[in-house]
This record gives sequence, C-alpha cells and structure tokens, in this order.
Amino acid sequence: MAFKHKHLLETRSLTLSEINSVLSTAESFLEISKREVKKVPTLRGKTIVNLFFEPSTRTRGSFELAAKRLSADIVNFNQTASSIVKGESLKDTVLNLEAMSPDALIIRHPCAGAPYFISTFCQSHVINAGDGSHEHPTQALLDAFTIKQEKKKIEDLKVVIVGDILHSRVARSNVFLLQKLGANVVLVGPPPLLPIEFKKFGVEIDYNLDRAIEEADVIMMLRIQLERQKKNYFPSIREYRNLYSLTKQRYKKAKKNSIIMHPGPINRGVELSTDLADSAESVILKQVENGIAVRMAVLYILLGGKERETAD
Amino acid sequence: MRLLIKNGRVIDPSSGIDETLDILIEKGKIADIKPRIDNHKAKIIDASRLVVAPGFIDMHVHLREPGQEHKETIRSGSLAAAKGGFTSILCMPNTEPVNDNRGVTEYILSQAKKEAVVNVFPVASVSKSQEGEELTEMADLLDAGAIAFSDDGQPVQNSHLMRRALEYSKLLDTLIIDHCEDKNLSNGGVMHEGHYSYLLGFKGIPDFSEEIMVARDLILAEKVDARLHIAHLSVKGAIQLVKQAKKKKIKVTAEATPHHLLLDDSFLENYDTNLKVNPPLRSKENVQALREAVKEGVVDVIATDHAPHAPDEKDVEFDKAPFGINGLETAVSLILDKLVNKNIISLKRFIKMISTEPAKILGLKNKGRISVGADADLTILNLYQEILVDVNNFKSKSRNNPFHNWKLKGAPAITIVGGKKVYPF
Repeated sequence: MAFKHKHLLETRSLTLSEINSVLSTAESFLEISKREVKKVPTLRGKTIVNLFFEPSTRTRGSFELAAKRLSADIVNFNQTASSIVKGESLKDTVLNLEAMSPDALIIRHPCAGAPYFISTFCQSHVINAGDGSHEHPTQALLDAFTIKQEKKKIEDLKVVIVGDILHSRVARSNVFLLQKLGANVVLVGPPPLLPIEFKKFGVEIDYNLDRAIEEADVIMMLRIQLERQKKNYFPSIREYRNLYSLTKQRYKKAKKNSIIMHPGPINRGVELSTDLADSAESVILKQVENGIAVRMAVLYILLGGKERETAD
Repeated sequence: MRLLIKNGRVIDPSSGIDETLDILIEKGKIADIKPRIDNHKAKIIDASRLVVAPGFIDMHVHLREPGQEHKETIRSGSLAAAKGGFTSILCMPNTEPVNDNRGVTEYILSQAKKEAVVNVFPVASVSKSQEGEELTEMADLLDAGAIAFSDDGQPVQNSHLMRRALEYSKLLDTLIIDHCEDKNLSNGGVMHEGHYSYLLGFKGIPDFSEEIMVARDLILAEKVDARLHIAHLSVKGAIQLVKQAKKKKIKVTAEATPHHLLLDDSFLENYDTNLKVNPPLRSKENVQALREAVKEGVVDVIATDHAPHAPDEKDVEFDKAPFGINGLETAVSLILDKLVNKNIISLKRFIKMISTEPAKILGLKNKGRISVGADADLTILNLYQEILVDVNNFKSKSRNNPFHNWKLKGAPAITIVGGKKVYPF
C-alpha cells in the first residue's frame, strides 16, 4: 500500500492502492475518537491551515478535530476574516500563509481548480476540501468508508446518487471513487441538472427516482440549492419534491436494507423527509463520525509520512 | 528611398505568381517586378531561400489603448505584429472608452501615426458603448477612419438592432464583423460545454450558443442583403451554416484563429488560464470540422484574435481570469508548422487567407497583392527556420500565450511596411 500523491486534489487520479491505504488507515483511527482522551501525538509539531473561502461547518470542523486529535496545530482562516475582502489575490494570500511555514493547506474554494492552482506554486501539502463543482475528495472517501462499514463491501453494490449532479462536487468525487472500488453508480435527477454526457464517466443515468431505487443498495441524496430554481433548472421546489424527494412512501419501494446517505447539510422535507433522515436506515451521522477518522488518515498519510516515505 | 528585394520566391495569390523574382520598391510602392532587376541606388535585401508574400493582414486584434495600456499599447502591439509578420492590423473597439465615436477613432489613428510600425485600422463599435442598444454614428466613424464595425466580445443580442445595423451598413458599403454568441446560452460559462467541463466542474459555453447566433445573423444578412464577416468561427454547426449560406450566395465571409485550429478542450485539464478564451477551445470533433472548413475554403481568413492580458490578471483562479490569448507573435509559425508543413493547406492558400482575402474583404485595394503600384507591404518568410516559442521574448506587453515552449518550423523573417523594413528591428 502506498500513497504517492503529494496533494489530495481529486479522487479521479487516485490509484486503488492509494484509496485503500486511506480507508485502512482510517479504520485504525476510528477508535481514537471513542477514547476518553481523544488525542495521539502522531502529528505533534505539524502546522495545518484551514483556508475556507466558502461557508462550511461540517467539513471545516471535521478537519480541525482530525488535526487536533493527531496533536497538530491548526489555524482557521475564512474569507470574511482574511484579507481577500481587501482585494488580495488568492496567490498572494496563499504565499503569505506559506511564509508562515505550514505543513498542509486545506482549501475550500468556490472556483473549480483553485486547489490545483495553489498546488502549482505552493510547497506544503494541499488538501481539497471542496472546489466549486469539481471535487470534494475527503467526502467521497468518508462515504466509501461508511458504505464499506455498513455493507462490508463496495464491489458490485448499486449506489444511486440523486439530485443536482451538474453542480455537485460530492457526486463527481463519488462517481470516480466508488467506480474504482467496483460499485455500479446510477445518477438520478432532472435532465437540466443531469447532462447525458455524464454517461461517459461510466455511470448509468436515470431520470426516474422510483425506478432507480428499486435495486439500490445505497441511496445518496444531495442537497438541492434553492437558487437553482431561479436559474430555471427546475420549475419549483414543490415539483422537485414531488419528483425527487426521498420520502417514506417512496422508500417503501426501495430494496430491503438499502442505506440512506447525505453529505449534508440537509434541506429537511425537500430532498429528504425528516422521518427518513432520522430513521435507522439513515447513516448520515455515521458519515459525519467517520469523516474525522478519514480526515485523520489523510492528514497522517500526507504529513506523518510513513506510508509516503516508503512509497518514495 | 529605394529597396530592392532580390532572389526571393514571390508568391502572390491574387495574380497566381509563384516564381523567383526581384522586387523594386520606390516611395513606399512596388515599382517593378522582374526576374532580374539591377539598381545600384537601391538598398538590397537578399531574399534567397525566402518566400516573399504580400503583407499579412490580421483582421482581429485587441490593442487595449486607450484605457488598458498595462496590457498592450498601440506601440507594443504593433511591434508584436511586425515581429509576427503582419503589416496591417485591425484593432477592436472594446477599449476604455469604447471606440464608438470620432474622437476615439482619431485618437487611435494619431497614436498609430506616431507610435506604430505597422498599419493600424480601427474597428468601431456597432452600438454605443457596445451596450447593444443604440447604433453608433457609422458614417461619421468611417469618415474619421474606421474600417469596419464590431461589438466584438459584447455581441449584439437584440435582433432588431442587428437588423438595423446590417441595413445601415449597406448605405455605407461597410462591413460588420460579428462575434456570434448568445449570452443567455453562454450563461456565465468559462469553457466549452462538454465532457471536459463536466469532468472539471466548470460552467460550460455550449456550441449552440455560437451556432444560434450565426444562424440568426445569416438570416438577417440574407434578408437585408448585407455583408457579414463571422469572427473566430469555432463550431461544426456554425461551419455548416456558413457553408450553406455561401452556396446561397449570402455575402458572408468567416475567419478562424490558430488556437481554435490547434487546441481542444482536453488541454484544459491543467487549468491553464492561458487557455481561457472566448469562443472557448472546443471539442476535438469541432477542431476537426474547423480544419476541414479551412481546407475546403468555408473559412476565408486566418486571424489571431490577439487578446493580451497582464500576467497578474491571468495568474488567478480559472473562473476569475479574463478571456483571451495573445497570438500575434506565434500565428504565422503555428500555421506554417501545423497546417502548411503537414499538407493540410498549401502555402499559397495560407497567404491567400492571411493577406489576399482580408484585403479583399476590407476593400484595401492597394494591399494584399504584389503588383506594380501596390503598397510595398511585404511579409518575407523563412520556411526552414526552427523556432522555440518563448513568451519572455515577446514584443507584446503581455505573455498570455499557451504555445510557450512549442518547437515550430517556419517563421516570419522580414516585415516591410510602406517600403520600410520594420522587422527585424
């Protein structure tokens, strides 16, 4: 097992052994969060910067706790507090942070490719925490981890991802990652949010949710952003809900023991009904819990170095 | 002052000449063309092993002056043109202020007279401030020296206004250069919509954003019987429309840029902002169709759409970078190496597309040909010279060219404007 990338920018270019190294390392970190003293000294002396240009509570907090549980020092910068509002370019912001000698930069940015751009001039490890509609690799890794935990395998499972596929970085990262792990991925949504060209990624496309969930082992619901309606991607939330909301009624037709996932934050009653979100079939909070172990694994592998050093 | 160009292989598509000839230049005009001319008063340029062509004309250049002199000036842009083998360039009106009135046109011409080493022909805007609402005073602008009209970059969305512009252009027998794009369909896109935009998570500009506007404007040009020049054609559907329109004798001409002929959207995987351009780099299928269109003659003209941007402006997130490729200094070598040397088009056809045709379309009667009495604008090519593109050696003020480090064979050797050697400097 070996992790060869210096940065974690996307799942698309990860090898199977890199993915498995993250997943198995995460397995061993899961237990730390259950201890009374939730801390190991592994990354003591390492400095990590959380650089968030978009609002985020879950991902930022998850990375922060992951870093702290490995004893790294972590600093948070967010857009409103940083000098971006004063007109500084992204490159200058990052170069200034780099001058403070961090070991890793965790980037959340509304522009696709921003972490890649940063990695072209930056010495520290860059971790993509979500870039525009491009990718959100740690989300997909924690989703894969959760699926494996629940279903004991990923290979040959049918994973249905539902919602605003066009704008979803979570969907893209999962499409690339889960297929590498052998899953059959089906994308579901209204045609304006699900271009037929996505077929080229090797997935199935279905506009009909009822049909798609019949054989699904995993149903992953995506947040539908309300502003998409204003851009005419669909006529109304009411109609979206009627066609694509996962409700108890609809879920009755789904395959037995299928699990419900959501990257959060949920619009309760829009893409997912409250009773289902809180049901036994929902693994949404497990995703959050696993997120810390997976991000600890990513930080450990990139910064702790043992896996990497043997690879190099 | 007399100049005698000796032993060059003279290629002039307008007369069909392709032979070794001497050319005598007097008072900025071509005075004589013969297999052998001896004139001891003339300064001699030895053109053996070189090709002597009528001066190249770039119909599509952004010079940025007035208003954005940090990107390019009339001076720096003209030096880049001379180095790139161009003797005449048309500068687009999207300056600050927009070239929508006599004052700006006259300013550009007076700056060009003082500073430029090649001929500069200002293109004025179709609508005031390029806002697509009111027509500019086209007759006054032509009188001031404008050569054509375009709302390049901010194309006229209102079909009624486009109709009136085309109608009015007939009164003046002038040309509208048309950047065809439905801005609603482009919807804030930053690259070609397709596999790669979905892969990279970018907002896409669909091919039909261009195709629909080409269709609209061809219909308008046919109905009002006006002339129309389609700028930077880039998609298969639009190419087919132009082809049909030509069969129907609609007065349409079209241009293609080197970057649309040589690069496709798969290059964007490295998020290089120097590849961000509008129209965007299209899919391989479209690139192939464009090459066919050049070969078949559906495309009349090669133009650069030289769009300089300062390094800082391009050194940002892809979404935030401005559109545009800096093209004057690489166009000729790119076409020679990638199309002429690869036998996709002949050298004669290339010269036709970059000199003869632009002169004809623009009504520049003394340019685009090598004959006695014509302006002594000549582009002399060395087909054997191998170059390595290095943006750091550009004469342009900007560096936003994606062909950095490309090895190319064939380059402009000498540029002569009005009987004066302007390159090598």
